[in-house]
Amino acid sequence: GPLSERRLMDVRLGELHAWISTCSFSPQGLLGAVQRAWSSYCTKYIHVKQGGPAGISMLLAGYCLLSYGWNYQHFSK
Amino acid sequence: VLHTTRPLHTTQQSLAPVPPLPEKGGEVRHGLIPEEFFQFLYPKTGVTGPYMLGTGLLLYFLSKEIYVINHETVAAACILTVIIYAIKKFGPQVAAFADKLNEEKVAAVQALKDEAVQALQAAIEEEKKEQWRAEGRGLLFDAKRNNIAMLLETNYRERLLTVYSEVKKRLDYQVAMQNLKRQKELDHMIQWVEKSVVQSITPQQQKESIAKCILDLKALSKSAHAAV
Repeated sequence: GPLSERRLMDVRLGELHAWISTCSFSPQGLLGAVQRAWSSYCTKYIHVKQGGPAGISMLLAGYCLLSYGWNYQHFSK
Repeated sequence: VLHTTRPLHTTQQSLAPVPPLPEKGGEVRHGLIPEEFFQFLYPKTGVTGPYMLGTGLLLYFLSKEIYVINHETVAAACILTVIIYAIKKFGPQVAAFADKLNEEKVAAVQALKDEAVQALQAAIEEEKKEQWRAEGRGLLFDAKRNNIAMLLETNYRERLLTVYSEVKKRLDYQVAMQNLKRQKELDHMIQWVEKSVVQSITPQQQKESIAKCILDLKALSKSAHAAV
């Protein structure tokens, strides 16, 4: 399909620059992108009949990494 | 205001029935890294590629002190051990329990749906039966028509009978009148004839008839004596 309607995973490396330029960086655009990403994550790992520990463990691991990144200044004393 | 020119339900999409949830979620290896990452690196680096990448990154972070080892590392290691042990040991039980809960919910709703479907089936059967019953309306009307014809016939015959009896009464009356008149004439004539005959019997004739009767009687008695 056309470039602006493809998802990130379907964009090739050479077209990445062009694809980023078609993104809308307005607040609604960013909010929409965040919502889409969250809902696709939920559909894939959480709203299933037999989900395992993978769904929340990835969220927890991401939270750990984020919190380490935010407190890095404090760690490297 | 409903604009009836607008077409309704033109697309296939509708809110019900909701498509069922997928059975299993996305594949995740070691509980943390999605399978797509391994597949992404497989063509270039084979099977051990991501593990090498992980080890290299880890050593790099440790050596460059991007990840600092402090008391929280030990705490994290202990917590992780306990969590992984708990998941490995109690995972299947929790999964079975959750599955049982789900099964119960689905069974309850399915029972409702089955009941509703059965009720509707019964309603359909009843409706068909009513339609079959309504087909008999022709017979009903025929019976009613027969009844009315019977009534009309009965009425007609009654009136015919009335007419006949009335006419007969009148004719009987005429006949009775004629008979009576005849009878009266006869009686009157007989009386008149008797009266005139009695009047015409003179004394002379009376004596003669009496003498004749006595002679006849003597003759009869003689023949009777002879017979005995």
